[in-house]
Amino acid sequence: MSKQAKVIEIEEVAIRFSGDSGDGMQLTGTLFSDTSALFGNDVSTFPDYPAEIRAPQGTVGGVSGFQVHFGHTQINTPGDYCDVLVAMNPAALKANFRWVKPDGIIIYDSDAFDAKNIEKAGYKGDPFEEEVVGGIQLISAPVSSLTRESLKDIGLDQKSIMRCKNMFALGIVSWLYDRPLEHAIRFFNKKFASKPVLIEANTKVLNDGYFYAETIEAFANNFKVRPAEIEKGIYRSINGNQAVAWGLMAAAEKADLQLFLGSYPITPATGILEELAARKDLKIKTFQAEDEIAGICTAIGASFSGSLAVTSTSGPGLALKGEAIGLAVMTELPLVIVNVQRGGPSTGLPTKTEQSDLLQALYGRNGESPVVVIASSTPSNCFEYAFMSAKIAVEHMTPVILLTDGFLANGTEPWKIPDLDEYPGITVPKVAEGTTGWLPYARDPETLARTWAFPGTPGLEHRLGSLEKMNRTGTVSYVPENHEEMTHIRDQKVQRIAQGLPKLEIIGDEDADLVIIGWGGTYGHLVTALSEVRREGHKLAMVHFNYINPLPLNTAEILGKFKKRLVCEINLGQFASYLRMNHPEFLYRQFNKIMGLPFTVKDLKEAILKNLEE
Amino acid sequence: MDINTYKPEDFKSDQMVRWCAGCGDHAVLSSVLKALPQIGYKHEDVVFISGIGCSSRFPYYLNTYGFHGIHGRAAAIASGVKVANPHLSVWVITGDGDALAIGGNHFIHLVRRDIDLNLILFNNAIYGLTKGQYSPTSKQGAVTKTSPFGTVERPFKPGGLVIGANGSFYARTIDSMPKYSTDIYLEAAKHKGTSIIEVLQNCVIYNDNIWADIADKENRDDRIIMLKHGEPMIYGKNQDKGLMLRKNMIEPVQLGENGISEKDLLVHDAQTEFAGIHLLLANMEYPKYPVALGVIRACEAQSSYDEKIEVQIDAIRAKSKIKNMKELLHSGATWEVK
Repeated sequence: MSKQAKVIEIEEVAIRFSGDSGDGMQLTGTLFSDTSALFGNDVSTFPDYPAEIRAPQGTVGGVSGFQVHFGHTQINTPGDYCDVLVAMNPAALKANFRWVKPDGIIIYDSDAFDAKNIEKAGYKGDPFEEEVVGGIQLISAPVSSLTRESLKDIGLDQKSIMRCKNMFALGIVSWLYDRPLEHAIRFFNKKFASKPVLIEANTKVLNDGYFYAETIEAFANNFKVRPAEIEKGIYRSINGNQAVAWGLMAAAEKADLQLFLGSYPITPATGILEELAARKDLKIKTFQAEDEIAGICTAIGASFSGSLAVTSTSGPGLALKGEAIGLAVMTELPLVIVNVQRGGPSTGLPTKTEQSDLLQALYGRNGESPVVVIASSTPSNCFEYAFMSAKIAVEHMTPVILLTDGFLANGTEPWKIPDLDEYPGITVPKVAEGTTGWLPYARDPETLARTWAFPGTPGLEHRLGSLEKMNRTGTVSYVPENHEEMTHIRDQKVQRIAQGLPKLEIIGDEDADLVIIGWGGTYGHLVTALSEVRREGHKLAMVHFNYINPLPLNTAEILGKFKKRLVCEINLGQFASYLRMNHPEFLYRQFNKIMGLPFTVKDLKEAILKNLEE
Repeated sequence: MDINTYKPEDFKSDQMVRWCAGCGDHAVLSSVLKALPQIGYKHEDVVFISGIGCSSRFPYYLNTYGFHGIHGRAAAIASGVKVANPHLSVWVITGDGDALAIGGNHFIHLVRRDIDLNLILFNNAIYGLTKGQYSPTSKQGAVTKTSPFGTVERPFKPGGLVIGANGSFYARTIDSMPKYSTDIYLEAAKHKGTSIIEVLQNCVIYNDNIWADIADKENRDDRIIMLKHGEPMIYGKNQDKGLMLRKNMIEPVQLGENGISEKDLLVHDAQTEFAGIHLLLANMEYPKYPVALGVIRACEAQSSYDEKIEVQIDAIRAKSKIKNMKELLHSGATWEVK
């Protein structure tokens, strides 16, 4: 038996599981993160996978990674750098070595580090001589052969046996961080209910990995991360795509409308379509269209007929939908367009994250074509902002673009399940049967929204369309003065929504000289950088925008409180340009990265410290 | 208004009809107005949806629910309307450019899905609203503004496209046969699934007389055949011509010559799943053949796309333990922080 390892208590840990896309790293990471969440830690995860489904085995192009960051304190990001890298082959090491902390641990499958795989990964000789290992602790574990040995009598073929090796790795890491195995075993029992041999195999390999780590004495100690101080309540784990889908469903239930999604599969937005397609029990109708244009056009048709209509897409798809968004603007129908941003232009980096569709969302259409633009900022608040997008679309009879991104869509975090009774109601401007003298384009004098007559209602038969309409009557009109009036009305209708929006709030030091400004999915990284810089004794403030068009009413008031404004975004400065246009009275500095990856807290801190000085 | 006493005027809007004098669209409008009181739907349950083009102004001239879309997308918009609310009678108005060029993808997928709606394709083999460019149905060699030396493109035949996309209903009529057209629209309305009706329509300004060979009253009866399910394929002014199948090809024959009698002729079976003969009929062109009119294909379907969705929803709702959002939010793996 091994000697008792020393247990060291730590605040937070980031672990990155990496291997071939077929190695099951996403599942391994998910099981580990769910276990940590159930254990009571705060958790944030981020999967990093290639666009190719199964790129050639052993190559860097085919490496799939999953980072889990968990802690005793509040965790707002998946962590820039990892404390532990699990590398199932040399390519995984090659792709991820740069993300390991200087005092981190690398656990690797020594069986997979043969000459052939080393060459495939692009190393010339011993990978650990080529990489600058320094103070990193290397743990060589023959994961493949021990898995084979563990399952030799179980009656599975070699291929199936090798599929279990990810659980050996999970076992090792579970011991290292004192994680219970019950959650993973419960998962096997459910997943492989019809194949008991797989329950047995995965459970055995997981246990063997755990005991292997305990036995080998390679680890000087293991670590304990105590549960975090988290608000009381019932929690679940959620990612951004699921949260969007659920927020839309919650809005449909509140509004008592049928939810209709017209969509075409596109990475990284497909999860929304998949999630809603599975919810026929809640009467959700999904339509997998022949293309992006049909996705939005079926949604517009559904909106015309009285559904809460949604289309979901990512950057290139938003470009294809542009003309139809204009149709929704012209017909003044409620519509939610969810755009999960990815790296661009063109096909770009489909599986990576970016914030470069902001100007496309705001302006990417012909004509004066104003829409509401909202951005969610954490995986779980995608629920809240999807709900609000639907509420605004319906109550103001307008298309709303909800921006999320690849980082939010795939990232998971624990989420306190909300009490839907505390969510605001949604007032549907539906025209009642029996209304006389109704006009399709007559408006609420406050909001300028028109009202909504559903086909099937006698007496409200009317025609909508893409041609300019006469205000009030809705007949086709080429009258120059009417076009100008309608253009102003459509603009004002969107601007007046600001009156009902929450005010922008300052996070951090109100009396700081410098404010960092962010929007959308960068919230977690910005707020972490903010707290670290403040902890180091600097004064710093932050504002984060979720409502982009219209901007919160107190935007100028807040921005005017500071001497220096640093707009941080994952593009070349689109939000900074938008602020310059809307509030030219201020000067804006920029910090931009565009690597297809989230910010790192390290880069942000450097930029902040530099701007504090300059 | 009482559904039993609807008159064509009950479906007319107060908007001035702005098509050119002599345009075939006027006749189509009048035939549709005559059909609407008879389709068995309440006035408020009828929806007309169009794309872009001359014909696409159609919904403005009716007082039903209507939606004038964007170029090529009428089929997609209508799919959304019908799937969202299957109780409506949905009609798509489109042209050869709208449905077969810019909207080609939506057209074939509408047909493939077999959503229960009716699509009237105004085929004038020209782009009218943009003033005279060739369309996907213009004959090879057609001289137009964008083909001043004759187009080298090969045309689509709408019937071939419908059958190729595994369509369940295809019919053809001519604008200048309004009464006959009304009957065809009624057949289409009855069909469960996507009904495609191609109307050979005259553009009096940019492609006048394009169908004159077969549409002119003088010679029409010898140059068209009006197919009827279950009846032998006879045509001609004197009902003395017919169609036979010889060596897997359709052949026009003269009754009474070479001992050919009515019993030798093909009998029209619109309902057969087998598309081969329907394709041969749809592709017949004058002068080698008479042009086929009427319901060429009408396969009986058990249920349409929109119905299947409803059936699936009902079945899953009956089985699922999750009945509302609250139950969904608390389903699966959750934990309590105390």
